[in-house]
Amino acid sequence: MSNMILKRLLGSPLVLFVVALLIFFVLRLAAGDPAAVIAGDKATAADIERIREQFGLTGPVWKQFLIWLGRVLQGDLGHSYYMRQDVAELIARRIVPTLSLATGTILISVLIAVPLGTIVATRPGGLLDRLVMSGSVAAFSIPVFIVGYLLIWFFGLHLRWFPVQGYVAPSVSLAGWLHRLVLPCTTLSVMFIALIARVTRASVLDALGEEHVRTARAKGLYEWQVVLRHALNNAAVPIVTIIGISVALLIGGVVVTETIFAIPGLGMLTVDAILNRDFPTVQGVVLFFSVVYVAINLIVDLTYLLLDPRIRS
Amino acid sequence: MSKLKHLRSDRVFLMAAGLLTAAVAASALAPWLGTSDPALIDPMNMNLAPGSSGRTYTLDGDEIERQFRLGTDGYGRDLYSRILYGGRVSLAVGMLAALTAVCLGAVAGLLAGYFPPLDMVLMRVMDGMMAVPPILVAIILVAVIGPSVPTVVIAITVPEIPRVTRLVRATTLSLRNEAFIEAARVLATPPGRILVRHILPNALPALVVQGTFIAASAIMSEAILSFLGLGLPPDVPTWGNIMAEARVQFALYPMTVFLPALMLVPTLISINIIGDALRDVFDPRQSGKIL
Repeated sequence: MSNMILKRLLGSPLVLFVVALLIFFVLRLAAGDPAAVIAGDKATAADIERIREQFGLTGPVWKQFLIWLGRVLQGDLGHSYYMRQDVAELIARRIVPTLSLATGTILISVLIAVPLGTIVATRPGGLLDRLVMSGSVAAFSIPVFIVGYLLIWFFGLHLRWFPVQGYVAPSVSLAGWLHRLVLPCTTLSVMFIALIARVTRASVLDALGEEHVRTARAKGLYEWQVVLRHALNNAAVPIVTIIGISVALLIGGVVVTETIFAIPGLGMLTVDAILNRDFPTVQGVVLFFSVVYVAINLIVDLTYLLLDPRIRS
Repeated sequence: MSKLKHLRSDRVFLMAAGLLTAAVAASALAPWLGTSDPALIDPMNMNLAPGSSGRTYTLDGDEIERQFRLGTDGYGRDLYSRILYGGRVSLAVGMLAALTAVCLGAVAGLLAGYFPPLDMVLMRVMDGMMAVPPILVAIILVAVIGPSVPTVVIAITVPEIPRVTRLVRATTLSLRNEAFIEAARVLATPPGRILVRHILPNALPALVVQGTFIAASAIMSEAILSFLGLGLPPDVPTWGNIMAEARVQFALYPMTVFLPALMLVPTLISINIIGDALRDVFDPRQSGKIL
């Protein structure tokens, strides 16, 4: 078991190294000579040379990559010339809205999807089951921004229950923060409710067919005890996996949702940085997202080991 | 092909296939379905409701009456024509991206599965690509190469490749030591021939299923990219572009955002249903999974 954990722990930095390599070279191809970009239009050749020295942009490209990587490892993600701020600082300032959105979405999704999937699994083929199953295909096929605009239109413009757009920091007003998060979190949850409910249904259904469940029934337990204690417990591994995958998928959804609802988080930072060709920021944010993504996958893999003793051996 | 007979009695599959055919036909036959120039700006008829008509002047100064089945957008362009013509681009981009991703992924998967030294390098690159969320990969690529039809196709294709590669690699790995491959090798069959004639056919059913899902995902990615302002140039109508341009006036004219969705969403649902049905037939072990 410790062997497996070690293998996973060593594999993650390798993946991140490849990501860093890909990002560095793709963006280097795009932006051209970064020294010229920093220096601006009116710079002389001497200015560019000076900047090249100052930012460690001399020498062969692989050497520059190593210098850049060394700085990243020390937490220095570079400087955004467009925003006139360090990228690491920018990320720190924009992370709370994104975390709020992501946490809210996962909470809503899990709280709705796991019970829904479990209930449906106890009556496969029933009316509710068929509704949920066909609903999940539909929910999975609707682009996030269409869900967002439907909710804005109905709950924001028509019923006026929620503000249409915007974000309030929790330190300014806790109620305003929650109020403004309802629509974006619901928007983003739709896809994940479909995903998690489907997987929950399938794995609970599988677990219900196993022999220990028959034993539990045979010894006269109530059906809810059988489902909750014996089936859902054994269905936990795939459910945790899909929740892990959801968190990873969430990053893509966050970019779109923040744009729809004008939430000043990391997603909006990425889109703005790309539209402004602010490549140091793009580089930093994408790398940050990848670290989060790899870390989540690692946690999911390690959770298996805790949840399922069979994998340990 | 007796398996396909089963599909012929699957009512949900038939409905989805019908819907998809209708959407493809409506887009392909756009010029013959009473459309007008989808890019024609008509300042006298901006933001009209569906079903209205309006008067306008031709370049010669003649006054004519125009019908707008689905109304007009903020520039007075006919939404009915834009949505049908937009379908051509959206569907073509989706199909092209799916086809390219399947082909490139299959080649990479065959090579990685058959030649261990290549496997190391290829799979590490794929792992790296999979560690960046797909939509971010697409956004970066568009930003790097600049928006155009080929760029958007490339941007949507690239993030889909790793999944196909993994699929084909797994099949190749499981087959490379089988007796019939061994026999082919003993007969001095060149590796290329072994891969294409003996291994690829075994991966084909799974590839068809995967390709269907990728088509849906590619059409959705195109819409999302356009919506973020990172897709095709605004003068090319696509379902995503029509919605993106309508965002500014959403509070006043929400219908302009929702009308293209009435084509986009049923198309995506149909493709996903068809993919599910094909998987039940071709790849029953995987059925019930959604990813």
